[in-house]
This record gives sequence, structure tokens and C-alpha cells, in this order.
Amino acid sequence: MFNKLISKEKFADLLKDDMVLMIGGFLGCGSPEKLIDLIIEKRVKNLTIICNDTSFPDKGLGRLIAEKLVGRVLTSHIGTNPETGKQMVEGSLKVELVPQGTLIERIRAGGMGLGGFLTPTGVGTVVEEGKQKMTIDGREYLLELPLRADMALIKGGTVDKAGNVIYHGTARNFNPVIAFAADTVVAEAGKLVDIGTLNPESIVTPAPLVDHIYVPAQD
Amino acid sequence: MIEDVKLAKETIARRIAKEFKNDQIVNLGIGLPTLVANHIPADVNVYLQSENGIMGMGPAPEPGKEDPDITNAGGSLVTVLPHGSYFDSAVSFGLIRGSHVEYTVLGALEVDQEGNLASWIIPGKKVPGMGGAMDLVVGAKNVIVSTLHTEKGRPKILKRCKLPLTAVKVVKMIVTELGVFRVTPQGLVLTEVHKESSVDEIRANTEADFTVAADLKTME
Repeated sequence: MFNKLISKEKFADLLKDDMVLMIGGFLGCGSPEKLIDLIIEKRVKNLTIICNDTSFPDKGLGRLIAEKLVGRVLTSHIGTNPETGKQMVEGSLKVELVPQGTLIERIRAGGMGLGGFLTPTGVGTVVEEGKQKMTIDGREYLLELPLRADMALIKGGTVDKAGNVIYHGTARNFNPVIAFAADTVVAEAGKLVDIGTLNPESIVTPAPLVDHIYVPAQD
Repeated sequence: MIEDVKLAKETIARRIAKEFKNDQIVNLGIGLPTLVANHIPADVNVYLQSENGIMGMGPAPEPGKEDPDITNAGGSLVTVLPHGSYFDSAVSFGLIRGSHVEYTVLGALEVDQEGNLASWIIPGKKVPGMGGAMDLVVGAKNVIVSTLHTEKGRPKILKRCKLPLTAVKVVKMIVTELGVFRVTPQGLVLTEVHKESSVDEIRANTEADFTVAADLKTME
């Protein structure tokens, strides 16, 4: 019971070419940097990444793009990573820009059993192209569909050995939401503590959502 | 015309800060809008919201007290006030889309007399992505555009935006270093003119059609 700790070799075994990954972080804050190191080490190819932004070429998941391991990215902002724009123009990276609130809600829908949702965001802009429009009480909305991934990589501020997670500061961002929306969830623990240490009232991500815990210090 | 860009931006920020009232939630964009925080009167408590997951954002940390896990939506290190809180991105955009945010202040590439806003893309030249801007301008109760009146001599307040839109008919107020406009059902209205400018100067630098308010005020 509660044997969720994973070695870097076992994590590497989970990685496959063409995987769809959700990765936490907002401009690199709250990104699982050590798990990203391991992806770069294994050099899996043609990944699809779902993330808030493509960070910087030398920080967070932006490094996966700089290393040319990504074939497609769904994100709200690429402006801080020149590599994303460059590869997009060259044609080697497919970029789908999604409004930030719509992106996180599509992930939430995917993780919480919803078939989609109606949002006013994007009405009258290029975002509405190809989408079903509905009028509710006189206001126009776009139908946005759920997103899921093969694997979510989250960064926990403090994780207990059962897999309960609390987050520190703004490192929370996408992490607790993507933890619902993937077949496998791996948490990189900023700090690992014994079961019973964390106050159950403070837990943000409940333990059963986390399949594996990676503690960088153990290697 | 205020020639000094820094002074012009401070003028805009100072004017916008006067809009806020106690207990309102305010989201300030990156760049010029961020300057607004420096001008909020000490006796007005607003909650600065940052879309990466903060309510009650404080100023930059003192040297030695920086925490890499406490940043704003531009990635800069910030602090959180004692009455503040953190939340995930879904909650953050629930606050935004759900009209809990009273004011969003952001810049513009173009803004027009109908309140349309273009702020996120120059096709073929600059494609940074929309980030949270589309949600913010659709969801906040009041959208304030803060912008220099012209860019390289060209008006930014147009009859109709030419660039791809961030949102349709959402802007309520436009503040530049020359004056203040309100977008009303009757069209664009100039409500304030800066003490060093004039209605004539504003007309010469604005493409949009606008009327002048009967009770035109002076902007400091």
C-alpha cells in the first residue's frame, strides 16, 4: 500500500514517442523541472504538449521545445519562447492557440466528466472558427470541447507518501486541474513527507489522483 | 502633447487609479497597466487579481525575501498581502469569466469607436498568443484600455480595428496621455482632456468619430 515512489528509470519506462502530455507551470513557475530533465534524457519524440504557455527556451517545458521533442502544442501564449515561433514558422511544430480560461476549462471538463461547456470568450474572433455557436438568454456562446492526456506531470510543493499534494504560492496554476485529466499522473515532489503530516483540510489534490511520486533527491 | 513617454505613461496610470473603489477586484495587464498599482490611493483597498492564481497581490518583494514560487502573470516576483489568497487557473478564470472582476486594465494595438479591441496578434509579424486577455475583456465588468494616444504618429483609436480582434464591443473606457474617452451606446465620447492638451489636438490625433461631453473635465 502507498508504494507510489518511482525511480527515474521507471519514469523513463512510462515515456513513449507520440504521447500527449499535460505539464503544469506558468512561465516556468510550478513546472516539474526534474521530470522534464528525464524526458530530455530519454529523447522521446513527437510529443503533444498541453500547457499554459511555452515558457522560455531554458526553463520549464520550454526546454522540450528547444530540444525539438514536441510536434504539437496546445497553449495560450508562446511569446516568451522564440523557439516555439521559429519552429512554428518552419513547419516542424504545430501550435494551437487557445484562450487561457478556455484552455484550463477544457482540461477541467476532460477531468471532471463533462462533454464540453459554453463560453462567451472568443465570440466574434478567430477563436470561433469551426465551432458550434449557441445563444442562451440572448447571449452568444461557443461550444468548447474537453481535453485529456495520456499523462499529466505535476509539481507538488509538498507531497505525502500517499500522494496527497499541497502547492506553494502561484506554483499551483494548472497542476491540480491537469491531475484530473490524464490516464497517468506523476507528481514531482518539492518535499516528501510522511502520511499524516499534512492537514486533510488543506489537501488540494487528493492522493488517489496521483499514480506515481518522483522525489528528485532520492537519486 | 506630453513628449516624454515615461511621463505620459505615469499620467495615464495615475488617472486610471482614480476609478477604483474599496473592495473591488482589479486585474492589471503587463507593462503600462502594471504602473496603475503605484497610484492607487492608500485609503482605497482593492484586491489586485493575477490570472496565474492570486487574489490580493502585493508589491515586489524586498531584497532577500524573493520566493520563486510567488510570481505575477508576467513571471515577475511579487508578494501576497496578508488578506490575500492563492488558487488554481480554473478558479482564477472562474473569477474572471464570472464577472467577479470589476476592472481589467490592458493595453491595445488598436481600439475602435464601437469598443472593439485588437491586442494579441499582428499576423505574420508578432504571434505571442492571447494568454488570458480574451477571457479578461469578455468577463470583467469594466474594460479600461490604457494606451499612448498614437504609435509612431499613427492614431490607435480608430473607426474600426483592422487587426484580428481580442473581443467585440467590450471596451468601456480609453485613457491616453491626452484625455479620457467613454464608449457609450451613442458612440465614443471625450469626457476629459489633459490640462496640457486640447480638443483640437485630440481630434488631429484620433481617427475615430467622437463627440465632446457637455461637462468636459480637465485631466491632471
